[in-house]
Amino acid sequence: MTAKIRSIASAAGHEAQLDLAPRPAHGKLTITEVGKIYDPQGAAVVAVSDCSMDIAAGDFLAIVGPSGCGKSTLVNIIAGFDNLSSGEILLDDAPLATTEQAPRPGSDRVVVFQNGALFPWKSVLDNVMYGPLVQEVMTHREAKRKALDLLRRCGGLDRVAEAYPAQLSSGMQRRVEIVRALMNDPKVLLLDEPFRAMDTVSKTTMHEHLLEMYHVCRKTIVFITHDLEEAIFLADRVVVMTSRPGTIKTTLDVTLPRPRTAALLASEDFRALKAKLSAAVHEEAKRAFERGEREQA
Amino acid sequence: MSSVENTVSKPHPGKALVAGRRSRLRPPNWRGSVAVVGFFLLWEILVRAQVSGFAQIPSPVTVVKVLFTSYLLDPGYWESWLTSFQRVLYGFVLAQLLGIPLGLLLGTRKTFNYLFYPVIELLRPIPPLAWVPLSILFWPTAELSIVFITFIGAFFIIVINVHDAVRHINKEHLWLAQSLGASRGQIFRRIIVPSVIPSIAVGMTLGIAVTWNVVIAAEMIAADSGLGRLTWEGYVSHTGPVVIIGMISIGIAGYLSTLVVDWVEKRMMPWKTR
Repeated sequence: MTAKIRSIASAAGHEAQLDLAPRPAHGKLTITEVGKIYDPQGAAVVAVSDCSMDIAAGDFLAIVGPSGCGKSTLVNIIAGFDNLSSGEILLDDAPLATTEQAPRPGSDRVVVFQNGALFPWKSVLDNVMYGPLVQEVMTHREAKRKALDLLRRCGGLDRVAEAYPAQLSSGMQRRVEIVRALMNDPKVLLLDEPFRAMDTVSKTTMHEHLLEMYHVCRKTIVFITHDLEEAIFLADRVVVMTSRPGTIKTTLDVTLPRPRTAALLASEDFRALKAKLSAAVHEEAKRAFERGEREQA
Repeated sequence: MSSVENTVSKPHPGKALVAGRRSRLRPPNWRGSVAVVGFFLLWEILVRAQVSGFAQIPSPVTVVKVLFTSYLLDPGYWESWLTSFQRVLYGFVLAQLLGIPLGLLLGTRKTFNYLFYPVIELLRPIPPLAWVPLSILFWPTAELSIVFITFIGAFFIIVINVHDAVRHINKEHLWLAQSLGASRGQIFRRIIVPSVIPSIAVGMTLGIAVTWNVVIAAEMIAADSGLGRLTWEGYVSHTGPVVIIGMISIGIAGYLSTLVVDWVEKRMMPWKTR
């Protein structure tokens, strides 16, 4: 595991990575031939099949694919909400999910869901402090100090520390949720279409905020989306999945320099990457559409 | 990265809340006032004109007269208030104290649910007033039987509301709590219980209304005190004004109870802004 400041393999050669935090020591995900079969009434549905990918610690990986391609299933398996039917997942070379062990969620991989799952009855600050407090790894005072500090560094969110989630815009809510995840110092951050319900303008702002957080507090990120621009803009690598069974169709390295700003969206490089990705995804989307599959997410 | 001011979110959500919480004074509803005055005027006219059906109905003026001369200063009248309020309070509070834990158990314990849910489904459709005869036979005093019937009125509502809320808890909240390291006990206390509070509030709002319905009817049938009895005695003794005074008193009592319940609900859910 290299710990060089500028070493994102896919972005080699670019020099604009100065304010990107060093690659973390933990958070390598090794996903090997993972499969998932749902079998509710004897009719086996293959949600994910033969899915393999290696994600280096501190990498930002995006997974795109048509609705119902098993993206969320994969995230739920990594998060420990669901078991897998075949294959295995290693986190820093230690077994995380295998066919033998029962699924086990943990604070080392926290998910941010598309609809948001802040606890509405807790203030922003209490939401962020929740993890360390239930795990009893921090005193209330320590947790509060760390939470306020993290909120402040992630775009000045400490201003709304006392507010309840319902009083915030959905964009703010999602940012707080990411901070809540970061508070646990997870090895892996799993983002399951977190900006799905947002309009384009808010989305762009959210992307900038997310990248800012990524630069300040770099983690391995698995980002699920079906927005290709979003995937390219954010990630080091984009994995395209096919629909049922969910397998990996192709992988695209995003060789765009960091830090990235909205100006990048208009650049030639960006559009070239998007064209490439569109071509790969389009075929799949068409196939799924023709089969008339319903939304699985 | 620029500051947060460029987001589309509200600049000061904290402040926005405080402003929103303050109830804005609405302009006086003069149309409503006219309608209320009109209602009483029409009533008075219909009685004076002796329109058929109104022969035995007292006019509003008579009602007010009787109210001021022989009720407002009569301790017996206020005792009726107290008695009915007590019955509602006991029945309602008992229903919450037993119903909320039962709903939680039904929602979280599979075996418990399999065992007891059918019994609840069996008893639930029986209207509270259908329990009156059995209740009188079973309980040693009339007072206990009325409190019991009142309890029945609110009990099943709260049980069903809480049970339903537990079943529909946001799965992602549970998942996240697990991810963040909460134990089963912590998830129950810190996630499940707060999640069902809004449904408890709904159950309480519905429950308090039903409770008043039930207590009045039960008093007419089975008691010798309370506002329901007062109204019924007015009818039996052919004193129309008493019937009306009873009805108005019951209306006000129900309204006051709702205010109290609303107040309690707001305290239960500080995160709900409105």
